[in-house]
Amino acid sequence: MPLILSEEQTMLRDSARDFLAEQAPVSQLRGLRDSNDATGFSRSLWQQFAEMGFTGVLVPEAQGGLGLGHVEAGVVMEQIGHQLCASPLLASGIVAATALRQAGSGAQQAAWLPKIASGQAIATLAVDEAAKHRPQRLATQARAEGGGWVLDGAKTLVLDGHVADLLIVAARVGEAGTGLFLVDPKASGVTVERTVMVDAHNAARVRLQGLKLAADALLGTPETGAAALDATLDAGRCAAAAELIGLADEVFERTVAYIKERKQFGKLIGEFQGLQHRAATLYCDLEISRAALIKAQQALDADIAGATNHASSAVAIAKARAGRSATTAVQEGVQMHGGMGMTDAFEIGFFMKRARVLQELWGDSNFHFDALAQRRGY
Amino acid sequence: MTSAAIADPTPELSAFRADTRAWLEANCPPEMRQPMTSEDDVCWGGRRCQFSSPAQKRWLDVMAARGWTVPTWPQAYGGAGLSSLEAKVLAQEMRALNCRSPLNSFGIWMLGPALLKFGNEEQKLEHLPKIARGEIRWCQGYSEPNAGSDLASLATKAEDKGDHFIVNGQKIWTSYADKADWIFCLVRTDTTSKHNGISFVLFDMASPGVSTKPILLISGASPFCETFFDNVRVEKRNLVGALNRGWDVAKYLLGHEREMIGSIGDRAAAKPMGQQAVAAIGLDQTGRLADPVLRAQVAEFEADEAAFRLTMERAGDLARAKQAHPALPSMLKYYGAELNKRRWELVMAIHGSDALEWEGERSRQGDRARTWLRTKANSIEGGTSEVQLNIVSKRILELPGA
Repeated sequence: MPLILSEEQTMLRDSARDFLAEQAPVSQLRGLRDSNDATGFSRSLWQQFAEMGFTGVLVPEAQGGLGLGHVEAGVVMEQIGHQLCASPLLASGIVAATALRQAGSGAQQAAWLPKIASGQAIATLAVDEAAKHRPQRLATQARAEGGGWVLDGAKTLVLDGHVADLLIVAARVGEAGTGLFLVDPKASGVTVERTVMVDAHNAARVRLQGLKLAADALLGTPETGAAALDATLDAGRCAAAAELIGLADEVFERTVAYIKERKQFGKLIGEFQGLQHRAATLYCDLEISRAALIKAQQALDADIAGATNHASSAVAIAKARAGRSATTAVQEGVQMHGGMGMTDAFEIGFFMKRARVLQELWGDSNFHFDALAQRRGY
Repeated sequence: MTSAAIADPTPELSAFRADTRAWLEANCPPEMRQPMTSEDDVCWGGRRCQFSSPAQKRWLDVMAARGWTVPTWPQAYGGAGLSSLEAKVLAQEMRALNCRSPLNSFGIWMLGPALLKFGNEEQKLEHLPKIARGEIRWCQGYSEPNAGSDLASLATKAEDKGDHFIVNGQKIWTSYADKADWIFCLVRTDTTSKHNGISFVLFDMASPGVSTKPILLISGASPFCETFFDNVRVEKRNLVGALNRGWDVAKYLLGHEREMIGSIGDRAAAKPMGQQAVAAIGLDQTGRLADPVLRAQVAEFEADEAAFRLTMERAGDLARAKQAHPALPSMLKYYGAELNKRRWELVMAIHGSDALEWEGERSRQGDRARTWLRTKANSIEGGTSEVQLNIVSKRILELPGA
């Protein structure tokens, strides 16, 4: 398959770009931050996302979604990266929807996918437990009791956890199993603490204490849970990589525009080779990460369940590179904007903060380089 | 990657893939499906070609007869007239079966594309089929002692003598000039204009007045020469493109040269770096490479190498969709050259003191150390990395004064 967007995908990109630039520019995120908004994103924008079909991009048509794939989801995420738009799309429409599609029974899918597609419900994955992403070492424990389950543990970096209607909690089952459990955040035994993050996006810490669940709260089985979690995380990593590339592109465009208009020593600073070569190097780096990203998206569409292991490696490369490229882009962005880049009034700093969060989310570059080495037998 | 993993857009292309796979399996000698171990395994063709094995010759002959040394060239010029997509399938299937390239050739990579675009019919018919069959080996007369990065300041002079030119001057860094049969050469035909006073000519290296002198490099080898022209007669029919418009041909050809050098960043045939490291260093008790810092470097390199390979593939897809920026080869050349230098720094680190031996059978005459040193030229030849970044700055980013 060619590593470029099809005509339909290009049209989707253009409509997402125009819509987000008009309805959700960076100033909207600033407004949410400065007003200490209780929701942390715009409910009316979320409704518009549903009308555009974004919320159901990965949900099958039979359940009210668009039934599209990870290339299309990434196309929208890239444009979100351009505008730093805060929304539960990543948590709910992409990650939670993937978990339900990978592991959910017919009844579980029917209960949640239509609501996710319509934007009526916000669902989110609760996987991380400590400062670093270590999904293979879960401490949260689920034990069978009285025909149901009892969960104990603590989760962190639960995206949009404070407004979620559904938590999908990853827990260890017995010695070797992994379970994905559907949890009502308002149930007794669940406490949710909103954590205001550096990037003014939304996350929460979640504590589970003696939480009692019915037998049908489990997605799939403890034997298939680890594979379903891998696929779910890969969908999230790939979408996060797309948002990183989108935000890096935006910072890069703004920075190149700035050095074409800022004058010092009687010259445009973009005339100095010291800046030209750094800009050109960054351009090359971003283009190479872009190729890795589209390959990962196509690989997920071809085989997200990981029968060949090909998609996981492709996603690891894309996420590792996107994180590294975006980190370079935002640092060069601030540096080339000089003192202006350090001011809160200027928007470049927002991009740097968001890039840091996305770099950390579901494994940073180091995590994914390490994963690649393990998969390749060293 | 296997055939099954690749979904072709049309049934015709699927059928072409199956036929190609079957033909390669039937016709590629087993010896030509082993990784190359030395420079002798590379076939450059030419009048004085010495094949390292009968299999090498057979492989060249069957591929040339099918037009597959130059698959996209028209059949009239020795190619197979394949579409760009079919050629991509052929390349994928050759990679899947580990088939060696049957012929390495500056004629294929550089002169051929320029002749197809700028040559007249007589020139195409005379030169292209011989390139396709590996009969004539070409070298490139571009750089001069005082015209390196600033190539257009070249001074080798061609005087107009009516039906021919008389060429005088000196070239340098002429790759394999001492082994080449013909040269494509930039000469000055007008001293009043820098870029618009250059012409692109072809001539036989056996012509009276041509001499070459190999330059000993830090690798101990002499892939480059000084090349001298003393009253060399060049027929006017060997002028490619219009008089004084050779810079157009030169720039077009440089794009292809840059793609060629950039593509060394993509070395699928070699053993993956991680496996090389495991073989040389071993694993610790947790199954990780027993040198954690080197392991991290190898993993990062392998990710970048894979991403670069995808970028090369994407560049072809962009070109087919007519979305490629004309300066894209500069990006590929820059990154590919730097990546290959990184590759060989890692090879040296992985093999440690074993890689330092310079002579003897055990090290195959210091093959690793010599290759490592050779790669340092990657970011100099064909336009330095700095020149490529200048081109990206000017033509893609449109930065002022670049």
